Amino acid sequence: MREIHVSAITDAVKKLCMEANYELEPDMLRAFDRALQTERSPAGRQVLQLLKENAELARTRKIPYCQDTGFVVCFVELGQDVYVVGGLLEEAINEGVRQGYTEGYLRASIVRSPFDRKNTGDNTPAVVHLELVPGPQLKIMVMAKGGGCENRSKYKMLTPADGLEGVKEWILECIRTAGPDACPPLIAGVGVGGTFEKAALLSKKALFRELGSSNPDPAVDAIEKEVLDRANRLGIGPQGYGGDTTALGIHILTYPCHITSLPVAVTIECHAHRAAPGAPRPPRHPLADLAPHGTLA
Amino acid sequence: MIKTAPDGIKEVVPPLSDADVEALRAGDRVRISGILYTGRDAAHARFLPLMDEEQPLPIDVRGQILYYTGPSPARPGMVIGSVGPTTGSRMDKYAPKLLALGLKGMMGKGSRSREVREALKRHKGVYFGAVGGAGAILSQFVKKAEVIAYEDLGTEAIRRLEVENFPAIVVNDCHGGDLYEEGMRQYAR
Repeated sequence: MREIHVSAITDAVKKLCMEANYELEPDMLRAFDRALQTERSPAGRQVLQLLKENAELARTRKIPYCQDTGFVVCFVELGQDVYVVGGLLEEAINEGVRQGYTEGYLRASIVRSPFDRKNTGDNTPAVVHLELVPGPQLKIMVMAKGGGCENRSKYKMLTPADGLEGVKEWILECIRTAGPDACPPLIAGVGVGGTFEKAALLSKKALFRELGSSNPDPAVDAIEKEVLDRANRLGIGPQGYGGDTTALGIHILTYPCHITSLPVAVTIECHAHRAAPGAPRPPRHPLADLAPHGTLA
Repeated sequence: MIKTAPDGIKEVVPPLSDADVEALRAGDRVRISGILYTGRDAAHARFLPLMDEEQPLPIDVRGQILYYTGPSPARPGMVIGSVGPTTGSRMDKYAPKLLALGLKGMMGKGSRSREVREALKRHKGVYFGAVGGAGAILSQFVKKAEVIAYEDLGTEAIRRLEVENFPAIVVNDCHGGDLYEEGMRQYAR
């Protein structure tokens, strides 16, 4: 049994929230460079170039690359041999969000109720997804999800008769209707299978995969590549100004499903992909064993 | 009077006249210098009952440009934090009424409704696009910022920004031009 004090979790989340907003991941910057080689539209190339400069300025000055510093979504993989001490896991995460957003000059974007819409003032609470895994590790992946693109995320319950072609068409339909609103070039996280909520969860988790990496399942990888190619023929382009770079990646996660069902959830993520995976350690060096960026344990 | 700089970029200086708006076409790159007012969902929601009762708004919108943004907090010594555009369509419900009151420009990102595009034609207005997700670099063009109304709304308060050479592009003009539609048509394969 390994004990992890809540203060280590708070410290890690605080740092991950800041990193996610100041430092665009290297895989995204590489994707911009790849797109600059193929983009035909001059306006599209200008946008991509500006996004690169923006990322550099944000990183060096420690200002968020997008003013929407997101809704903190934490995917927590808690080892069964870990014992969290000193308080509650979820409270420790929220304290990390509070400190990270307040001390990091990040925007408070969360309202306490969808109806009265009063801002909580410190970007809490986070959305926490907890998964129990074997072993003595605790891994926390933080995504500060932008609102504009999240608003274009969609779900559809297809039928087995709709089949694979139906799934491809639905992903493309989501990208087409997101259009210029969701700040293309975008990533589509796709969850196929499971139940209503399982598909949605997978679609978010899929976004943590390294951009430009292959899906470990060759059949699914082929689907991703085909949909990506078709998405980039839509003509929407960077910021919707017209062009060849509408999507930078299609990331699919699947799960077994019921004989009647074919659930498909698509989380739309903009190029300002505020994600930072990490794992806290015992208090003295809370971040020494940060997992490599962009990888999923 | 809209001047075109030697690099082909149009210089936009509010307040804008009908003639200024008419000189702008979808796809034109622009640099805005002067005053921008910020306002987004919560501020617009407060405008609505005022407009319905013909009460004055906290800002005189005539000739002005409203920038849909909620900046991140400024670090000490900085004018403003990250300050990129938010999605314009969420303000579609309010925009035609503001244009009728004399608002000339809006700046955000993403498509506008048919009603808003019609209102741009009817009242001579223009919708600019700023690059979404580039709020850090866009902050460099803001020289001064002050909250002038609805301070309790925090990031959603109305701010008066003084900007210099703020880069944008004309998305919807007053002639029915739409950069998003034209761009997509040109590059779809």
